[in-house]
Amino acid sequence: MTTVTMTVNGKSVTANVDPRTLLSQFVRENLRLTGTHVGCDTSQCGACVVHVDGRAVKSCTTLAVSCDGSSVTTIEGLAVDGALHPMQEAFREHHGLQCGFCTPGMIMSAVDIVNRKGNALDEHTIREELEGNICRCTGYHNIVKAVEAGARAMAPGATSIAAE
Amino acid sequence: MYAFTYQRPKTVRQAAGLIAKNVDAKLLAGGQTLLPTMKQRLASPPAVIDLAKIEGLAGIERKGRTVVIGAMTKHADVGTSAIVREAIPALAALAENIGDPAVRNRGTIGGSVANNDPSADYPAACLALGATIVTNKRKIAADDFFQGMFTTALEEGEIIVKIAFPLPSKAAYAKFPNPASRYAMVGVFAAKRGSEVRLAVTGASSDGVFRWTAGEEALRGRFSPKSLEGLSVPADGMISDIHGSADYRAHLVGVMAKRAVTTAIGK
Ligand code: FES
Ligand code: FES
Repeated sequence: MTTVTMTVNGKSVTANVDPRTLLSQFVRENLRLTGTHVGCDTSQCGACVVHVDGRAVKSCTTLAVSCDGSSVTTIEGLAVDGALHPMQEAFREHHGLQCGFCTPGMIMSAVDIVNRKGNALDEHTIREELEGNICRCTGYHNIVKAVEAGARAMAPGATSIAAE
Repeated sequence: MYAFTYQRPKTVRQAAGLIAKNVDAKLLAGGQTLLPTMKQRLASPPAVIDLAKIEGLAGIERKGRTVVIGAMTKHADVGTSAIVREAIPALAALAENIGDPAVRNRGTIGGSVANNDPSADYPAACLALGATIVTNKRKIAADDFFQGMFTTALEEGEIIVKIAFPLPSKAAYAKFPNPASRYAMVGVFAAKRGSEVRLAVTGASSDGVFRWTAGEEALRGRFSPKSLEGLSVPADGMISDIHGSADYRAHLVGVMAKRAVTTAIGK
């Protein structure tokens, strides 16, 4: 067993884990944060995307012990005081999901795209950047719309849809 | 995944000491290849030595006519580095096209080069640009480093520390990605420095990355896609799988080489 300490959604957690525990397993099974989904478990689908030190990674292809000292954000960490994050709100508003299985990963990737590429995203950029996120239901069209709107809503000073 | 013991050394020296004691152990860099391989039980190392806590292994520096990239530098950081974009834009573009954004946020240049996957992108860049692979023990020229599929000149206990890329006068990488895996079905990196021309091909040969010397010779006269007209690569030894036959890959080498040269002279 190996001791690992990390901050998850702002809270410090320390655990003793079998070193082969994946980060996806750790958040789902140890921390009971089941919003992070495991679709393929082979780093293709992106359902398991979380942020480690502010960057989107596939938690099914990351060891929990490698995140010692890191700060991890899962989908559960986005909403503040019960108010959805602007990207979550945009997915709801634009019907960017059907079954919802891919959605946590889509949203975590989308927030990462905005962090890297800014608030004005064109369709081409969004489609390219969602390369590593697969959706079996929606045909992506509304996801792309949601990401574009969510990106705008994340701009400092933008009125979030939720507040309207 | 089978169980393993896990070690987190703080220095390259410690890591080298650990691996010397346990030659079957695996070094973990970004884990984007090693972990999937272990999950599929294609690898079952008794110990994993995580390089993540070693300071000074990541970073990008320009030293005169050379760009030096630390082994633990992530693909995303190479792709967006102002230094790399200015000095060797072809290398930044290559890094920005590996896998997908989340994979690029963890995968490292040192991991890719040490693994020498026959379809990986970085080996082609190293070979075409005439890079030097610097380890904890010595400096190895790219020409001597890549020795066939998943095989390198690295000896037991040898760890890549950084990779030095001399600046080309013209360079470009053209990749025909497998639409599912994003690995190169065929990728050609073309580079010109002074009178020297190099074409490195990845994804095609079952011997891993190689230089297409006939193509290089033709380009030495005139660095233009026209010089490659009519030249072909023998299909012997090319990878043949459900994604493409050996003939198809051999043909793609010519096509991608022309595209790479076209892009290189366009800059
Ligand atoms: S579950 Fe991690 S990428 Fe699919
Ligand atoms: S909404 Fe069902 S997989 Fe995307």
